[in-house]
Amino acid sequence: MNAQERKKQRIPTHERKPQRRKKDFFEVNLGYEEAEAVNEAERCLQCTNPLCVKGCPVNIDIPGFIKKITEKDYKTSGEILKQYNYLPAICGRVCPQETQCEGACIMNKMKHFQPISIGKLERYVADWNREKTDSKKELNISKAVNKKVAVVGSGPAGLTAAAYLAERGFEVTIFEALHLPGGVLVYGIPEFRLPKEIVRHEISDIEKLGVQIKTDYIVGRTITIEELRDEFDAIFIGIGAGTPRMMGIPGSELIGIYSSSEFLTRINLMKSYDFPRHDTPVRVGKNVIVVGGGNVAMDSARSALRMGQTTQFSHHDTYHPNHVKVVYRRTESEIPARIEEYLHAVEEGIEFHWLKNPVEYIGENGQLKAVKVQHMKLGEPDDSGRRRPVPIEGKFEVFDVDTVIEAIGQTPNKLLLESFPQLKLNRRGTIEVDQNLMTSVEGIFAGGDIVTGAATVIEAMGAGKQAAKSIINYLSDDSDSHHQK
Amino acid sequence: MSYTILKKVQAAPNEYDIWVKAPQIASHAKAGQFVIVMADENSERIPLTIADTDKKEAIRVIYQVVGTSTEKLAQLNVGDALSNCAGPLGQPSEIPEGKQTLVIGGGVGIAAILTIIKTLKEKGNHVTTILGSRDREHLILENEIREIADETLIYTDDGSAGKKGLVTDGMNALFEAGKRFDAAWAVGPTIMMKFCSLVAKEHDLLIWTSLNPIMIDGTGMCGGCRVKVKDTIKYACVDGPEFDGRYVDWDILMNRQKQYSKEETESEHVCKLGGIHPSQSKEGGLQ
Ligand SMILES: Cc1cc2nc3c(=O)[nH]c(=O)nc-3n(C[C@H](O)[C@H](O)[C@H](O)COP(=O)(O)OP(=O)(O)OC[C@H]3O[C@@H](n4cnc5c(N)ncnc54)[C@H](O)[C@@H]3O)c2cc1C
Ligand SMILES: Cc1cc2nc3c(=O)[nH]c(=O)nc-3n(C[C@H](O)[C@H](O)[C@H](O)COP(=O)(O)OP(=O)(O)OC[C@H]3O[C@@H](n4cnc5c(N)ncnc54)[C@H](O)[C@@H]3O)c2cc1C
Ligand code: FES
Repeated sequence: MNAQERKKQRIPTHERKPQRRKKDFFEVNLGYEEAEAVNEAERCLQCTNPLCVKGCPVNIDIPGFIKKITEKDYKTSGEILKQYNYLPAICGRVCPQETQCEGACIMNKMKHFQPISIGKLERYVADWNREKTDSKKELNISKAVNKKVAVVGSGPAGLTAAAYLAERGFEVTIFEALHLPGGVLVYGIPEFRLPKEIVRHEISDIEKLGVQIKTDYIVGRTITIEELRDEFDAIFIGIGAGTPRMMGIPGSELIGIYSSSEFLTRINLMKSYDFPRHDTPVRVGKNVIVVGGGNVAMDSARSALRMGQTTQFSHHDTYHPNHVKVVYRRTESEIPARIEEYLHAVEEGIEFHWLKNPVEYIGENGQLKAVKVQHMKLGEPDDSGRRRPVPIEGKFEVFDVDTVIEAIGQTPNKLLLESFPQLKLNRRGTIEVDQNLMTSVEGIFAGGDIVTGAATVIEAMGAGKQAAKSIINYLSDDSDSHHQK
Repeated sequence: MSYTILKKVQAAPNEYDIWVKAPQIASHAKAGQFVIVMADENSERIPLTIADTDKKEAIRVIYQVVGTSTEKLAQLNVGDALSNCAGPLGQPSEIPEGKQTLVIGGGVGIAAILTIIKTLKEKGNHVTTILGSRDREHLILENEIREIADETLIYTDDGSAGKKGLVTDGMNALFEAGKRFDAAWAVGPTIMMKFCSLVAKEHDLLIWTSLNPIMIDGTGMCGGCRVKVKDTIKYACVDGPEFDGRYVDWDILMNRQKQYSKEETESEHVCKLGGIHPSQSKEGGLQ
């Protein structure tokens, strides 16, 4: 390849070989070496009217941070990223870049060219800064403004809102129901895709801004919204879409059927891949079916594969490969998963069955034994613009399995909502907000999955930031009238 | 937050009665609710009923040592702290006013009826209580309950305290004596709750049973605690834990409680090898 040709193609990152990585929970993608990152950065055309920035939900100055990589000034590059995004090491790893910045990249539109690897560069810079910069670095925090804000939920929406406000001198407390902060970043997305050490580090950076995180606080139970209103000047609700949707087909109570939330929570939050050193077990059979086609389905399938494993994480000394199938009611072109995760799953040997949908679980002595699936075909497009799957009458198939993981979506967790019925909800049970992300109750703002329904990390962060700005406006408008503490 | 153990007494062989500092939970807890606790950061999250509160400062839980997590809890003494404690979770008991009520507790389940009885009395109900246990040694809270309930019957398997027999014998005896109730509660081993519900059903009596499926988050986020009541799937942690026992599918509950029996033995074994109870090391296992 000559230099010209090379400029057309992106520089690949290092990935662990499927045969090895599918036996453990260590990270699959190893990112760039320095020279590779610089070369990749040099491919960037530095457009004067950058389309990538428009494709990014938080409009990161992408050419700006990439330029600094070509100058090997990773510190400034990192500072540029952090102006827009408090969690760059996370976004670099989990954003669906192909539909956002990289999808919009001008090079993606040119024949024979590949878009710049923006996500991998973001990750490179964030990792460099995490590893190389002094943790006692100077913080840029404005003078205290003497206003208190409560943030409910510590997922990407809550963390971002908290960080933005804390930097501007607000006194922020995050209330988190679980025993660890991070939301889906800790209980959903697996270690092999997003090492928890990185999440911890990014969160500790936010704590350094003065944000206080109170775990084991279930708002609505441990403390009520009314009590928060008495103590705080404004509230941001970022409680995510945590309740699993389940198929509800006959046999759903059999042992061996999990919601993806239970399955992934056991593995990620409770670390059952390290059972019995961590006390929470998870049982995965030899033949596993995952239902769904999104990131959650990919994560469930690849985690299930890894559970029949041997690693230093486990005392089991033999590797028993699991057979993992994903069944999805539409086809490959409709899957909502990130393309990288899907390709990784295929490489690792996960079998995909398109146009199939479970209709019944068959058990024996209370344990799942088989799944009956209905064959489907694609019909007319639905609301989402994708073609609707319709059953082909009389066409069924039975798979022998001992484990099923349903990954068919999440709905809002009603615990808080039921305890505070004053919050107006919309048809889908999500919280209704105005253009400033204020809810129907004055002074209470909301954003992330609890408003949009299950979406993405970066969109949740974008909402957190927007809500934080609205809170600042709200509190400066009314600072003379009330809420003086 | 430090969930310090303020008081600890052995209530029965293998059962401990502790007070844990948790002001925020204490001030919000109502009868019938529970907490999720972790003894240390590698522990399981396990649900335990809030047996009592001293309004502003602390909550009381009474637990039976049955496996790794409860054993880890038992290692903690006054002055030590639980790593985590979250609550109050679940729906509070539906407490009527001025009614005739029957409250049944079996084994460590007696811990869960203490606040129910207290709250029933506060609301002017007449409370008849049946307590059941293996033997006198395992009978907990007898004096405390006698003091507040209007009437207390005791049944033990071996007759070492009260009458020899099961709590359902007590129920039948009351019905035969012509007693009638507006509502009942039964908390104890699953099998006990099942049979109490059958008796209640014969007498058309509403009977609240506190279901104890395996839980993780306790906040409605995982669906692991699902139970079947009146042919619909419910999440015990947010819709319950109390459900009308006449409509609970008990066989499904009992089946799902066994899900991890193999792993539980394994975990316990490693925990013991880990030096917690070296003297009790069981057969089989790692090597
Ligand atoms: C398995 C999985 C994989 C995913 N993969 C990707 C991916 O690759 N890329 C991507 O962009 N997106 C992905 N997503 C989606 C993404 O993670 C979410 O869109 C995002 O995390 C939403 O952020 P959030 O802050 O709104 O809520 P969450 O991350 O859900 O956080 C909400 C937090 O609020 C807490 N909470 C709830 N109720 C209460 C209460 N009453 N009191 C206190 N705290 C409460 C919860 O415990 C939780 O910690 C994935 C999701 C899952 C489940
Ligand atoms: C709402 C509720 C309230 C409860 N209140 C009390 C109480 O006040 N006192 C008390 O002694 N016990 C109570 N329990 C039961 C208690 O949670 C279990 O005994 C405990 O989790 C066992 O953990 P282990 O590791 O020691 O035992 P293991 O060896 O893990 O299990 C022993 C048995 O306990 C059950 N169990 C295991 N893990 C869980 C879990 N995460 N959640 C629920 N059950 C589990 C299983 O059915 C298992 O067969 C309650 C359970 C529920 C659901
Ligand atoms: S314990 Fe997870 S939903 Fe009830």
